[in-house]
Order: sequence, then structure tokens, then C-alpha cells
Amino acid sequence: MDWMSRNLPYLMAGISVGGQYALIAIGYTMVYGILRLINFAHGDIFMVAGLIMVYSTTVMPIYIAIPLMIVVTVILGFLVERAAYKPLRSAPRMSIMISAIGVSYLLQNLALYVTGGLSQQYPAIPWINDTVTVFGATTKRVTIITPILTIVLVLLLVTLIKRTKIGMAMRAASRDFETSQLMGIKINSVISFTFIIGTFLAAIGSLLFFTNYTGVTPTAGAMPGLKAFVAAVFGGIGSIPGAVIGAFIIGICENIIKGLGWTTFSDAFTFALLIVILIAKPTGLFGEKVTDKV
Amino acid sequence: MSTKKKNAWNVGLIAALLILLFLLEQTLPSSSMLFTVLKKGAIYALVAVSMNLLNGFTGLFSLGQAGFMLLGAYTYAILTIPMESRNSVYQYFDGGIIQFTLPIPVALIAGGIAAAVFAYLIGLPVLRLKSDYLAIATLGFAEIIRAVFQWDKLGPVTNGSNLLRNFPSFRSVVFPFVVAGICIALIVMLINSTYGRAFKAIRDDEIAAEAMGINLAHHKRLAFVISSFFAGISGGLLAMYQTTIQASMFKSAMTYEILLIVVIGGIGSVTGSCISSFLFIACSEWWLRFLDNENLYIGGFHVPFLRPGFRKVVFAVVIMAVVLFYRQGIMGTKEFSVEGIADFFKRKFSGKKEKKGGVSHE
Repeated sequence: MDWMSRNLPYLMAGISVGGQYALIAIGYTMVYGILRLINFAHGDIFMVAGLIMVYSTTVMPIYIAIPLMIVVTVILGFLVERAAYKPLRSAPRMSIMISAIGVSYLLQNLALYVTGGLSQQYPAIPWINDTVTVFGATTKRVTIITPILTIVLVLLLVTLIKRTKIGMAMRAASRDFETSQLMGIKINSVISFTFIIGTFLAAIGSLLFFTNYTGVTPTAGAMPGLKAFVAAVFGGIGSIPGAVIGAFIIGICENIIKGLGWTTFSDAFTFALLIVILIAKPTGLFGEKVTDKV
Repeated sequence: MSTKKKNAWNVGLIAALLILLFLLEQTLPSSSMLFTVLKKGAIYALVAVSMNLLNGFTGLFSLGQAGFMLLGAYTYAILTIPMESRNSVYQYFDGGIIQFTLPIPVALIAGGIAAAVFAYLIGLPVLRLKSDYLAIATLGFAEIIRAVFQWDKLGPVTNGSNLLRNFPSFRSVVFPFVVAGICIALIVMLINSTYGRAFKAIRDDEIAAEAMGINLAHHKRLAFVISSFFAGISGGLLAMYQTTIQASMFKSAMTYEILLIVVIGGIGSVTGSCISSFLFIACSEWWLRFLDNENLYIGGFHVPFLRPGFRKVVFAVVIMAVVLFYRQGIMGTKEFSVEGIADFFKRKFSGKKEKKGGVSHE
């Protein structure tokens, strides 16, 4: 019991962080599934969502600020796709990836300009910020809510993809981009819809993530974004359950490492894990096997 | 133009450039931004060309450049801090365990070798991966290196997460130009050799290249190791330029910057990488600096939005515009050469229309 109460906080923090990574990782994995694009700007959109929340709570009550933040973030994600990725649809894959890096650079610099480089205090959201006690370990309520909310959202998303028409279109597009166009799928609206779902989940993820931390800085999105991407690759990029499981594994491992007192290596360990899995199973845990066509 | 004549032209141009640099240094005040741009530009040109060797000429999409620069910079700094200042630099680690110093050129090359050895080791597993997976694995390795160098237990060697300082640096702008110039010349010679042709064959079609008898694993590893070697040397130069280094400087954002330089210059063009690195550094450090000035008036009009940081926003927008509208970059896959310019003017004045571009195809 003593061991339990000593280590439970790390485990719970791990599950919670894993849930937050999962919400970001879905955005990466879905975009990669359809466009074969590592959307480097996703982590920065996540950071911008945090900043929008910071600035909107200064002028309006929190129950309006949260929906507004989600809507604005989704619009941002949609606009980024339309402005920076859509013109490059027929370009080589490298160009579109560079464009993503460019967007990331732009968003970071914009945030630097708006915030003046200072860390912005994230507003305390009532109820989810309260302290609760589980099995003798005290923690914030957000730690408990995150995994539950993540799983609910993922189940909803999987239902959407499996049962609805747009979900079917998304599956078709990720299987074969050109053929799906020939079959009458409006590829642009499918891609926009993918970005909308991805940024929606990232906005919720940012709400949960930044509640645990005190401040939002212009580079705050870089590391969680990179780790969520690692989670997506770990689970097999293109697969939603894979991304979620990968994110939970990475979140938990990272916090256990921190608990052991190796904080310097918590980031490095994530990448080491990634490299090991890539070498053992080059397409990730649940990735589809790709065959080269000659 | 014969090869001999072309070489003479190139040697003449380089000599003229060096003399010009020397004269500039004698005449302009040393605080001029021009020198900052030239020094940093030369260093970035070297690392951009080394990345281009990998991404543009061999088709290996690697994002580990910052990690290799870190290795080069640390090796250089650790080996050249003078004995008398070791105690003050390594104040938390009793003066460190490395108790000797090496001359600057040896230390620079040692930095390159450290990066190359490490590249060889990680290349063994990582180079089997393809495109995006290779990119993310090398990015991961760069992050791991950064974490390891910040580790307390390695403090006696790396000084933990503290600054390394007091190592020798250069004052003249000619030095980075000479070192970077020699390295870039070596890379160009490599690209024009049989190895270079094998690299390009691998880039264009791996399977066809293998069918033509090119050993894929060997050539990929060779390109990776050589590119890392030069990244390591440029890391050493960067350490000299900055006079202090810290592992936390070498973030993945640095790799992205270099990748942007390569892309803006044109993937597969050495001269493009050089030109764009000077432009990139000049824009980000110098030319747009007026945008950070809050009290800028044009006539009687107070220009709005200007405050520190606006420069970078404008710069990012410019980069986005280049990426979206000039997909080929400045040079595409062409090279800048005397011959090309001569051809260009000849056509201009004789009025003949040829299909060949203004710059020669290399």
C-alpha cells in the first residue's frame, strides 16, 4: 500500500498526460493517413489554442471562452489547410512538409510577437482544477477526467469514421487518394473535415494540458506536438487506436522515468522508445504493411 | 569554355572575394551588422550544403543536423578551452577530467570526426528506414544527444547544462570563409565524383540504382557520415562564432531553420544553399531589423504594429510566400557559375534566343 501511494501519482499523471497526447496524436495520424504529411504545425495550433484561452478569459466569462476557443482554433486549423497545404496538393511531398514547417515557424513567431515572449498565465478553470483524493493520493480533478474524456471522444470518433458517410469517405481517401476522387468523393471537403476534427481534439487537449501547467509560451506546443507525433508513429501512423495506445504508453513511461528521478532523460527516452520500435517494426505497432511497387 | 579556363575563373573569383572581405574588414567599423551576417552566413552555408548533400543529392530525408552540430561544437569547445581557465569554466566539476588542449584546426577536425563516428553508429540501424520514418528517427537521435549532453553525470566532460566558454574564437571574417569554403569545395568534389553520381542515382530511383550495381547500404552510410562530418565542423565554427555554447541551443528548431535554407536555395543546388543562407541570415538578423523599431515614421505617418518581434513575423510570412510560390527555390537544381552568367549576357546582347537557362546546368 505504501508503494502504491508513492507511485500512484506518477502513474495517474502518466495516464492523464497520455490522454492529452492522444488527443493531439489523432490529429497527426488522421492527416498523415490521408495526405501522407507530417503536419509540423499541429503542435503550434495546440499552443495557439492555449493562448486564445488566455486572452479570451480576460474579457469574457469562462463558460463562453471555452466554446469560443474551440471554434476559433478549428477555424484556424481549417484556414491553415486551405492557405498552406491546398495549393501544394499536386507538389512533391517534400514541399508540403516544408510548408508545414513554415506555418509552424509563422505561428511561433506570431505568438512571440503577441505575447512579447513572456509566459502567459493560463486561467484556472473551476471544477476541473479542484483537488481530489484517490487511494490516498491527492491530485487535480483534470487528471481523472482526461483519460475518461479521451476514451469517450475516441469512441465517438471511431463511430463517426465507421458509421457515417463522411467517415467512409475519409477511409476511402486514406486507402487510395486518386481512386476515391474518381468515385466522386469531394476530396477537398474530406481533407478540411479531417483538419477540423484534428484541431477540435487538439483544442480540447490544450484545455486539459495547460490546466496542469502554469504558463503558455510560444514554444510550448513544440515538445507536446513532437511527442504526440512520436506516439502516432509508435502506434503505426494512420491508425487511430494505434495513436491512442501509443500516446498512453509514452505518457506513462515518461512519468515513470520522471518518478525515478531521471527527468533529464524523460524526453530522450520517448525518442529512444520510438527508435527501438521503428527498428523492430518499421511501420509501428498497428501500422499497415506497405509494399514497394517497382 | 574549357575546364581549365573555368577553373581559372573560379579561383580568381574566390581570391577576389577573400581580398574584398579583407579590405572590408580594414575599412568598415567592426561593429557593422555586415560582419555578423557574413560570419554566421558562412557557417550556415556549410551546414546547409552538408544537409543538401543528404536531402538533395542522396534523397535521404534526415533531420539530425542540430545533433551533429552539437557534437562538433562540444568536441571543439571541450578540446580547446585553455588549461588556466578550465577551473573557472568547470567550476562545479573540479576543472573537468580532460586536462589537455589541442590546436584549433585539430579540434575542429576532431569535432567533425566525433559527429561522423556517431553518424556511423546510428546509421547502422536508422538508415534502413524510409523517408518520413528516417526523418523522425534522426530527429529523435538529435534530441537524445541533447539530453545526454545535459546530463549531470557527464558533467566532468560536458559541464552538464552549464555554459562552455573561454575557448578560442575567431575575430576575422576571413577565417569562417576559408574553412567553410574548403569544406564546401570538398563536398562539391565529392558530388562530381563517381560517388556523387551514385548518390544521385539512389535519389532518383533506389531500385534502379541497386540494379545498376550500386551498393545502397554502403553509399547511404557514406553520404550520411560525410554530411555529419561537415555538420560537425560547422558546429565547431558556430561555437567559435558564438563564443559560448550550451546544449539547449541545439533544438530541433535549428534543424528546421537549416532545412528552410536548403529548400529556399533549391534542393539539389550547392550554390543555391550558399546564396540562400546569406539571404536568410541577412533578412532575419539585419535587413528587417527596422520593423522592430516602435517609433518609425514615414513622412508624418506613425507606422502601426511595429514593436520587437514584428520583424520575425514578417520574415515568416516572406518564407511562407517563397515556399508556396517559388517551390523550386532560388536556384532549383541549377548551379550558379561564371559560365552561366557569361552565357546569359551573351544572349542578352546578341539577341539570340536559346532555350538554355541563364545559369548552366551542372
